[in-house]
Amino acid sequence: MLYFTRWRATAIVATALLVCLCAVPNFIDEKTVQSWPKWAQRHVVLGLDLQGGSHILLEVDTNAVRKEKVEALRDDVRRVVRENRLGSPAAVTIRGTTVEFRIREGADPQLALTKLRELSQPLGGILGGTGQRSVEVVDAGGGLFRLTVTEPALVERIRQSVEQSIQILEKRVNELGTVEPSIQRQGIDRVLVQVPGLQDPSRLKEIIGKTAKLTFRLVDMSMPAEQALQGRPPADSEVLYGSRAENRQPYLIEKRVIVAGEDLTDAQPGFDQRTSEPIVSFRFNTNGARRFAQVTQENVGRPFAIILDNEVISAPVIREPILGGSGQISGSFTVEAANDLAILLRAGALPAPLTIIEERTVGPGLGQDSIEKGKLAALVGSVLVIVFMLVTYGLFGLFANVAVAINVAMIFGVLSLLNATLTLPGIAGIVLTVGIAVDSNVLIYERIREEVRHGRTPITAIDAGFSRALATIMDSNITTFIAAAVLFYIGTGPVRGFAVTLGIGIITTVFTAFTLTRLIVAYWVWWWRPRTVPI
Amino acid sequence: MRLLRIVPDDTKFDFMRFRRVSFPISAVLSVIAVFLYFNHGLNFGIDFIGGTLMEVQAKSGPADIAKMRTTLNGLGLGEVQLQQFGAPTDVLIRISQQPGGEAAQQAAVTKVRQGLGEEVEYRRVEVVGPRVSTELLAYGTIGLVLAIFAILLYLWFRFEWQFALGAMIANVHDIVLTIGFMSITQIDFDLTSIAALLTILGYSLNDTVVIYDRIREMLRRYKKMSMTDLLNISVNATLSRSIITHVTVTLALLALLLFGGRAIHSFTATMMFGVVLVGTYTSVFIAAPILIYLGVGVGRTEAADMIEAPAKARP
Repeated sequence: MLYFTRWRATAIVATALLVCLCAVPNFIDEKTVQSWPKWAQRHVVLGLDLQGGSHILLEVDTNAVRKEKVEALRDDVRRVVRENRLGSPAAVTIRGTTVEFRIREGADPQLALTKLRELSQPLGGILGGTGQRSVEVVDAGGGLFRLTVTEPALVERIRQSVEQSIQILEKRVNELGTVEPSIQRQGIDRVLVQVPGLQDPSRLKEIIGKTAKLTFRLVDMSMPAEQALQGRPPADSEVLYGSRAENRQPYLIEKRVIVAGEDLTDAQPGFDQRTSEPIVSFRFNTNGARRFAQVTQENVGRPFAIILDNEVISAPVIREPILGGSGQISGSFTVEAANDLAILLRAGALPAPLTIIEERTVGPGLGQDSIEKGKLAALVGSVLVIVFMLVTYGLFGLFANVAVAINVAMIFGVLSLLNATLTLPGIAGIVLTVGIAVDSNVLIYERIREEVRHGRTPITAIDAGFSRALATIMDSNITTFIAAAVLFYIGTGPVRGFAVTLGIGIITTVFTAFTLTRLIVAYWVWWWRPRTVPI
Repeated sequence: MRLLRIVPDDTKFDFMRFRRVSFPISAVLSVIAVFLYFNHGLNFGIDFIGGTLMEVQAKSGPADIAKMRTTLNGLGLGEVQLQQFGAPTDVLIRISQQPGGEAAQQAAVTKVRQGLGEEVEYRRVEVVGPRVSTELLAYGTIGLVLAIFAILLYLWFRFEWQFALGAMIANVHDIVLTIGFMSITQIDFDLTSIAALLTILGYSLNDTVVIYDRIREMLRRYKKMSMTDLLNISVNATLSRSIITHVTVTLALLALLLFGGRAIHSFTATMMFGVVLVGTYTSVFIAAPILIYLGVGVGRTEAADMIEAPAKARP
């Protein structure tokens, strides 16, 4: 137990040194580190609870996705019905999550089934080859057909929605000029947005929470909006309300969309030349410009509405045809609102609404306080433990303190290598690891004390002490490691940070106990040839 | 230099005799803890029941909690709790979950921000919607149960089944008592509490495993020693280590408790109770003696009892 070959001793010291060296970038000025090669720059990242920032978890509105999918299916069925003269397209209805259709008298149900089945496509992508199809067609008999969007098709659509949402959110958040935002998928239908260093996340939430579905539509003048509210609005129109700036006034708007947000190529905030009111100016692509020109030509004198997320922003009257493919939106904006709208329009609309289901924001002040408190607690704890070990074990206490110090340095080294995030619970984990690391030394020394008491010579006592204690250290640390692993697996955010430092701490503890502590004691024995063990 | 010996070298304390006291005490305490849990409940934080938590700091002078309370109660957000948090300038605001789904929670935060205005700095805002809180509670419970079984499996693999079972009983005992402690003190029960419980689990097992390791070694070495003697010797032999280790862990926890700030206060307080008070007691007074009842070393002479019994019978 006390014999080390030279290459083995070298390997142990080199490993410990190398891992400790990885921690160096954390203690050096950031600018200096940036001039180093990439591989040497790895360092510990401070968690949002320490540097301040916002953690926002969003969920895709799966009901909206389902509804959209079912409505798209209904429109497809109507098209098939019309093309094949199977009956009246109005006979295609939505019941819950299924589309129902009864063919007209005399139509061939076999033809209907074949044609409807063509709507169902095999699912490709990640589910490829499973034989799953996108739509299930059931012939309910008596000329009645039921079509359902299958669950895998829905899941696939939700997955795509999340994928697209992440791209769009990235564009939006980057435009806010924040530092190192992180936007990740979580689970099937969730997106996690983490933005460090924000005092007030209201604007961020405003930017990421908006679907930003923009449409240009004509105002239906066939009846006043108030009348439509009381009675029944015309079949192809709906009542929408104005934004808060427009006093929530109701408008009767045609459902037909002239141009949508997808047809915009650019949007910029600016000021109206006459009123110097904040506005957003935009450009259409060729397709959008052509359609907008055509509709405005035909409808001079009528108002049209600019609608964002089912809210009328403004409803100007068409004074002359707009042929240039560009225009401006004015809606009693503040400068910031105009700026935000331009960002939203440039980034595009989310495929489905996102809801914030969890938010955790820490201000920079609290983060700084936590770092200082964590440092103080770690310092006081370390001093107390170091003094206690010296008082209890003397020289061997010093050995233990050296081993524990190297152990902590190694934890930081591994954390840096992994580019891990250090949270406040993470610091607690490190402090607790100090406890565990000390325990491994205590186990060894107590065993040595016992063996000395049983009358063994110093060297055999130390030898036996190590070999017996190491088995125990292994067993006791594995159990704690299992707890840490479970924490890591189930935990989120801060709890995970705790599990990471605890787990790494246990590994470095076992490493130092098995190698470094032994090596130090072995060299001491080799140098001093002690006649008694001062323990 | 004379070194500190907390436990004298040849301590021979008869720990096993105390099982007739420690077992009933633990049983009673466990029943009380369970009773407390069901009647008194835990002070579930927003992580598990949803809602909003805001930590604000008055920008000038101590916070006027009464005025803030009037302002916030006027917002129609249902139950709003305000509480001084650490420094006199700091206030913790708790708003119960708002009816009306996920968006309603966000609306509540906006209202509070408008209500309190620019007089305070928002140091921390946490909003947990109904869906996330339900999931977190489920994951937390599953995690705890999973950890206990994973550890049990490992111990079964390393020791005999009696040891695994003994460790599990000791463990559940620790968790139950700690939950009782959390119920009495009404300490915040949030995600970090689950972390605390799991760490207590790990530490307490760590202790139990050290003693079990020694018991196993003694069982192999002394084939004829009575079980009570063997357990006593094992516990006494590891006593010094147990105490020294717990002193160091206590020192580390004490530093966290005193200087670590309010954010991890409930975590360290729970750890202090679980690791220092319960964990140590359990491994010595529950985990070791329970092996006798679980039938470890059946067939060994019950030497101590045999000497005692005739002594009583003698006139």
